Amino acid sequence: MRLFAKILKVGLVTEPLGPGDDAVVRVARAVEAKARKLLGRAVAIREVDAGSCNGCEVEITGLMSPVYDSERFGIHFVASPRHADLLLVTGPVTRNMEIPLLKTYEATPDPKVVVAVGDCAQTCGVFRGSYAVVGSVDAIIPVDVFVGGCPPEPADILRGILTALDRLPVRKGRA
Amino acid sequence: MTGFLLEAAQVLLALALAPGLVGLIRWMKARLQNRRGAPVRQPYLELRKLFRKEVVLSTNASWIFRAAPFVVFASTVAVGFLVPLLAVPLPFDEVGDLLVVVYLLLLGTFFLALAGLDPGSAFGGMGSSREMTVAALAEPTLAVAIFALALGAGSTNLGQIVGRTMADPLAAVSPGHLLAFAALFIVMLAETGRLPVDNPATHLELTMIHEAMVLEYSGRYLALIEWAAALKLLIFFALLGNLFVPWGVAATLTPTALSLAVGALLVKLVVLAAAVAIFETRVAKLRLFRVPELLSASFVLALLAVTSSFLLR
Amino acid sequence: MTIASWLLYIIVGAHALGALAALGLRGAAGRVLGATGAGAGSLATLGLGAWCLGTGTVLAITAPILPLTGLALRVDGVSAFFLIVAGVAGAAASVYGAAYSAHYEGRYSLRLLGAMWNVLLLSLPIQVLADNALTFLMTWEVMSLSAYFLVLTEHDRRETVRAANWYLVVTHAGFAALVAAFLLLAAGDPTASFAAMRSAVLAPGTRDAVFVLALIGFGAKAGIVPLHVWLPMAHPVAPSHVSALMSGVVIKMGVYGLLRVSLDLLGGGPAWWGGLALGVGAVSALLGVLYALMEHDLKRLLAYHSIENVGIIFMGLGAGLVFQSYGLPALATLGFVAGLYHTLNHACFKGLLFLGAGSVLHATHTRNMEELGGLIHRMPRTAVGFLIGAAAISALPPLNGFASEWLVFQALLGGSTIPRAEIAVVMPIAVAMLALTSGLAVACFVKAFGITFLALPRSAEAAQAQEAPLAMQIGMGALVLACVALGLAPFFVVPVLGSALGGVGGLPTASVEFSLGTSFRVAGAVGQMSPLLVALGLALLIGLTLGSLRAFADRRLRPGDTWGCGRIGHTARMEYTATAFAEPLRRIFAELYRPTQDLSIDFHPASRYFVESIEYRSAIHPWFEQALYTPVLRLLRGAAHRVRRLQAGSLHLYLTYMTIVLVVLLIVARWPR
Repeated sequence: MRLFAKILKVGLVTEPLGPGDDAVVRVARAVEAKARKLLGRAVAIREVDAGSCNGCEVEITGLMSPVYDSERFGIHFVASPRHADLLLVTGPVTRNMEIPLLKTYEATPDPKVVVAVGDCAQTCGVFRGSYAVVGSVDAIIPVDVFVGGCPPEPADILRGILTALDRLPVRKGRA
Repeated sequence: MTGFLLEAAQVLLALALAPGLVGLIRWMKARLQNRRGAPVRQPYLELRKLFRKEVVLSTNASWIFRAAPFVVFASTVAVGFLVPLLAVPLPFDEVGDLLVVVYLLLLGTFFLALAGLDPGSAFGGMGSSREMTVAALAEPTLAVAIFALALGAGSTNLGQIVGRTMADPLAAVSPGHLLAFAALFIVMLAETGRLPVDNPATHLELTMIHEAMVLEYSGRYLALIEWAAALKLLIFFALLGNLFVPWGVAATLTPTALSLAVGALLVKLVVLAAAVAIFETRVAKLRLFRVPELLSASFVLALLAVTSSFLLR
Repeated sequence: MTIASWLLYIIVGAHALGALAALGLRGAAGRVLGATGAGAGSLATLGLGAWCLGTGTVLAITAPILPLTGLALRVDGVSAFFLIVAGVAGAAASVYGAAYSAHYEGRYSLRLLGAMWNVLLLSLPIQVLADNALTFLMTWEVMSLSAYFLVLTEHDRRETVRAANWYLVVTHAGFAALVAAFLLLAAGDPTASFAAMRSAVLAPGTRDAVFVLALIGFGAKAGIVPLHVWLPMAHPVAPSHVSALMSGVVIKMGVYGLLRVSLDLLGGGPAWWGGLALGVGAVSALLGVLYALMEHDLKRLLAYHSIENVGIIFMGLGAGLVFQSYGLPALATLGFVAGLYHTLNHACFKGLLFLGAGSVLHATHTRNMEELGGLIHRMPRTAVGFLIGAAAISALPPLNGFASEWLVFQALLGGSTIPRAEIAVVMPIAVAMLALTSGLAVACFVKAFGITFLALPRSAEAAQAQEAPLAMQIGMGALVLACVALGLAPFFVVPVLGSALGGVGGLPTASVEFSLGTSFRVAGAVGQMSPLLVALGLALLIGLTLGSLRAFADRRLRPGDTWGCGRIGHTARMEYTATAFAEPLRRIFAELYRPTQDLSIDFHPASRYFVESIEYRSAIHPWFEQALYTPVLRLLRGAAHRVRRLQAGSLHLYLTYMTIVLVVLLIVARWPR
């Protein structure tokens, strides 16, 4: 019972998209019409850690927290790429993860988009040139949106996801 | 003729409400986690999206994998025709009784478990194995709870069970009835893959039961399976609601009685959804090997239900 | 000459010719002709059963073939029904066997196999027609011995010989109990006809003794726990069509015998008879399926399921006997009908499954499920047959297993009409055990079908399997049809069974109504279902779903690798195995199984942090069998040791023994009463 008393006391903690997130709201609004046609405001994400330091993962976990609550946009994480519409790839692609990343991409049914999260995913960051690293994510699979930052904030990731959805209709013919 | 129209209307209503029910539970749970949560209509959007996506099919899979979603969906919908949601007696009441309902659902589970094994992935096999374990262990409770219900009505026929409780309101608060309700509630949690038996929201393959079996499905097949799962939840809720608290179920086919029945059904579904949401917020998932303890507890409840019905007759 | 007696002569003639052809002709001709005789004889058996059941003919024949009493045969409803059981399974297995036994050519004696197969198939109809004690017991022995020779077909394997010996010993122990039971029944007159036994008035104690002896004797044949030990040994090692017949029909002779003796000859008894039958039935059902779950030898798994299903049949019969003792003839009929229906259904689906397992064995040369897999791609028709059999034995609607298990459930639920405390305790527990059994059976057949036929092949043999020859497919196809038809038509089968039981042991005629209008009604139990309409509905719904998906959903489909978390390369070694599949249940029921475990790890010589190989062994030995049989075996061995002293090797001594025995016998025989 103490649990429910606490739930009641704390109340809703999800932050409404504040003035600072105007851009997100705008993007969200703009995207909604197009994305709805294809994904119908329901986006399933499969997260792929292609060799990140897990900094980005910590921020991605934040997306699901009560504060950011990505679920309110219909964005949720799934366990299998077969269920996914969007791949969220983090980290520079290591040699061990090159083929798994490719396989994950192949396993995801169309239409699908790829969002590469973090500086490493775009430039390999401090791991650039390492013997263990193959390259950036777009060297392996086509990437729709890069989200910069080391690590990027959850709000940035959310913005990236929404932007990627915006690109969906363009890529439809390419499947 | 009106009877058959009613059947069709009932199944369409069930199909239409089922995703909303899942959405409602998710929304309530989100609120209990102090989140804003997805709107109740979210599962509809997800289903629509899945129907529009392509299917990626494992090259190892056989026709079983492709047939299973249809069998699962069809058997669950068939059950929707047999369970009295709005009115008794249904014209299809004679096609199947409570045992047929249980075994039709088992037919779906059987095919889904085979489909889990079909692509040869270890996750699928693990899911099938666990699902069948839970299903097998839930079976005695179901049967004995049916026995308890049949004892009162003198039949396993669903219409008669509902009619009998309606005719004798005191029976609804008899110990046999209450114990059987508790037993069936636990079995419902197990059969529909809710906490504490299975976590429908898990991302970790090793903790999965139902989700692990469908890990390989995508697109329209996945949509069928998800929809059937939602429908199964709704059917179990309706069974719990209408067999034990039958008031509101229309005994005549007048518009007033039917609209009242729809209202009563909605209220029952919302109450049960709230109960499940609160329960799921409160408990943690059990280890797989603790699940039998839960199920044997439910079995003892069912057995007590039968004995008390016997003795208090 | 009536049609019925013509059919009877055809049965005898066809099997005799078949046996002679098998003995006389070499190679394919003998094999095919022997099987033709067997098939024709079985069809005639089926025809005779159907004819007598349909027309209500009561055929009685006596022939002075046997000493003392002559051969006495009589057809009534129950025996006509068992003729059908034997005919269906026998005909399908014979067709199958014609092709299946081809690979024995040159390795094992096809002549003995063909001849004994015909003898066994002939003994089955004679068995159920027998109308006096001597005919019954003689045929029983012929049946047991011909089955023994059939089990011994692959005689050069140790496990075969061991299994055949166990079979022979248990079956003869049961036979001894039967002889005793019949002697008691007939008040010491071995020539007594069944009619005389029916009218005989026995003391209650004698009747109880007869029932218990019959339960032991027939239970040993039927494979009731704890007399089942031979069954999981003997059925797997026999040729697959023989396994199908033994599991499908021969063990059912135990069911027939028990029904004949307890219901017909004794005319029912006190409630504890039924309770005992119900109890051993429930225990057999549950233990059978629990051990089947742990079994990874496909045919052994099926053999354990025979124990389970015989248990379910005994539950139906037991419920019938209980109701009869409480004066509820309608419910009693329901119980017996449920048991008999399940008997026929089990003959069909277990026959089908054994034939399917035989095809797998034929194609891959292994019964070990851990080496199978992926056969659905290589043997699609066998896979469909096995799938239907698996769904039927799992009691899934709308197949036949469901129809009869539903009736057993209804019969048990009918127990609620008896206002007695012990029934209030026993019936729900019986219902629960039946439900757990059927739930576990579903799990077991998901394993059996899923591991054997789905996913990737786990061995080279499985990867190169070939579809079974046409005759084998036909044998399976016939049983598939039987399973489907029996499942869809309980409204036809149940009244026929009800009328077949009419008059036997004072049961009323056709008290169970089961119409296409789907309801069945007997006093005390009302239930409704229609597998036919369920099947139609399912087909319609599947069609509708398929149609609407085609119309409205995206239709793209792309083949891809199985998702294994991006793993590079996916081999059969990564699949879930049969052992793994059953592991949760093994842990849950660990108290019962008491598995032995043995783990040995070879570490790398340089460091204990690296492992060269890990070997893990775990086995399950049914401990209660050992606990039960070891003392008996020890006692027997000790006795044999002592008896050996009599055997001195001296002819004079033996002649003395004989004289003494003769004198004693003469004195006993002439002793004034």
